[in-house]
Amino acid sequence: MVYFENVEKRYPDGTLAVDGLNLEVESGEFVVLIGPSGCGKTTSLKMINRLEECTGGKIYVNGKDIMTLNPVKLRRQIGYVIQERGLMPHHTVAENIATVPLLLGWPKKKIDARVDELLDMAGLPKEKYKYRLPAQMSGGQQQRIGVLRALASDPEVVLMDEPFGALDPISRDNLQNELLTIHKKLKKTIIFVTHDISEALKLADRIVLMRRGKIEQIGTPDELINNPATKFVEEFIGSDQLSQISGDASVTALLEDVIMEVNLNAAIEDVLEDMQDRDVKSAQVTDAKRRWHGSIYLSTLKKAKREGKQLVKETLSVNRKLYVEDGNLKDAAEMLVDMEAPIPIINSANELQGIVTEKGMAKYTINKLIK
Amino acid sequence: MNNPGFIEAFIDYVSKNYMRILTATGEHIYISLIALAITLVTCIPLGIYLTRNEKIAPYVISIANVFQTIPSLALLGFLIFVFGIGNDNAICALVMYAMLPVLQNTYTGIKNVDKATVQAAKGMGMTNFQILMKVQIPLALPVIISGVRVASVWIIGTAALAAAIGGGGLGRLIFSGLSLIRDEIIFAGALPATALALLTDMVLKKFQKYTTPEERAKRIAKKMKVNFNH
Ligand SMILES: Nc1ncnc2c1ncn2[C@@H]1O[C@H](COP(=O)(O)OP(=O)(O)OP(=O)(O)O)[C@@H](O)[C@H]1O
Ligand SMILES: [Mg+2]
Repeated sequence: MVYFENVEKRYPDGTLAVDGLNLEVESGEFVVLIGPSGCGKTTSLKMINRLEECTGGKIYVNGKDIMTLNPVKLRRQIGYVIQERGLMPHHTVAENIATVPLLLGWPKKKIDARVDELLDMAGLPKEKYKYRLPAQMSGGQQQRIGVLRALASDPEVVLMDEPFGALDPISRDNLQNELLTIHKKLKKTIIFVTHDISEALKLADRIVLMRRGKIEQIGTPDELINNPATKFVEEFIGSDQLSQISGDASVTALLEDVIMEVNLNAAIEDVLEDMQDRDVKSAQVTDAKRRWHGSIYLSTLKKAKREGKQLVKETLSVNRKLYVEDGNLKDAAEMLVDMEAPIPIINSANELQGIVTEKGMAKYTINKLIK
Repeated sequence: MNNPGFIEAFIDYVSKNYMRILTATGEHIYISLIALAITLVTCIPLGIYLTRNEKIAPYVISIANVFQTIPSLALLGFLIFVFGIGNDNAICALVMYAMLPVLQNTYTGIKNVDKATVQAAKGMGMTNFQILMKVQIPLALPVIISGVRVASVWIIGTAALAAAIGGGGLGRLIFSGLSLIRDEIIFAGALPATALALLTDMVLKKFQKYTTPEERAKRIAKKMKVNFNH
């Protein structure tokens, strides 16, 4: 379906971003490009729809050399999720999703039905979201819209550049599952970029591990885990395996991005609604300098609202926390047994560093048991 | 203007000369409109062109900047050598004077459109022209219009000076009032000129708001009979 033959990309400033790439992506296959930052993942992807032109070698899509095709037509046939999201800020959600069908001149009715269908598929109630602007959506919802936009015209090939980056772990997990379902159902050829190895292992039929513009190893997730071709592959895969870590290790081993962060002066009412929308049960409260002031929980917020309190800062819980300097995994485990909610991790200057969740802890424990 | 008979004198003057004031206002609007139209028709496309030829942009913008810095009366004076006296000269000067805000705002408005948005549009398969018309201009429009607001207020204000070089407009009244030392005539020229400037600014401000994404989305929501702010 997509075939790279000795592809090279040298940017005008001399950077050799992709160096001798050979790859054949089968029709209906889910291929994940992974590697450290700057290894040429985005560049490889952009060459497929000619957002960048290769400076050596050839790329074939559907058997045709892409340099012989009209770039505009080519792009309309290929779904594309850009790394930076890039939704049209002046277009409604519906118009954003409909971008390519509009360019292809689909009739209005068909477009409208397709938009509804896609919103439905992504679990976004159309009555609520269809005519909103991207700015009125949460980060996770915006990323979903980006994915729906790429799928809108039902293209055979879809390119996705870190579509779930910068998302909280729960949303990411949900979206990954949705994508897998979509892939199974629609049999699209998906080329997906990430630098998160657990995401790659979960999604890929085949993983292409890149390093400095070259392919380090291509293989199924099992092959990469069981037969790493090089030390680099082994280490890269190993970064997912927590099994060597002991209970005395620092909480940093399980540190995750904060799921929901709320400003000190936010109104309880707004935060409550947001939490219910996003289906989270607790959040961390910080000020403009990202100093941690406490945690809030759905239950205590509801109570505070009943008592007539207005701002989240009036109902903070401040005792449950760990310091990044001295907190270890045992402490975290004990806290999580007492109460399921994520533990905020702060430093001695009170700055919020991240959270440790029950899920992260469970993953760690399971890994340890397996070994 | 504090002399006791001023109000009566003003009313008296206006009632006897309202045709003259109306004609002058008409001329003023005419000169300003032509100047504004020429400014928009030249500077918006030029601004767009500059976003595609970034190397020359600083030079062109600094030329517009020079025009804008020359005192308006002096600029009119210079142009007498080119156009002689009259409205053509005045209109040309007004255009040169008002170029900068339109040119600059068009250029920066389009340049400030998020690169990721433009790249996404390209990746979806829009042609360069479609990117310009569907993405860059709509997103830059509020900024462009704020430049047009500045330009039109300048034009209406400066058009009063056209009379100094033999052009028409409300400046005639103001200058004749000045030479006759009659406040009511100055006022009969200054008042409509001020009102014109304020009114234009107000209308354009409304239009500027109309072009923002939020307002557009609100209109769509209304048309679709859904609530915009959940
Ligand atoms: N337009 C450009 N001009 C010059 N160099 C570039 C350009 N775009 C990317 N590069 C360089 O090419 C290399 C590969 O970049 P690329 O964006 O493909 O990396 P990536 O693997 O997607 O990284 P990340 O994970 O950070 O997104 C990098 O060294 C980068 O600095
Ligand atoms: Mg990238």
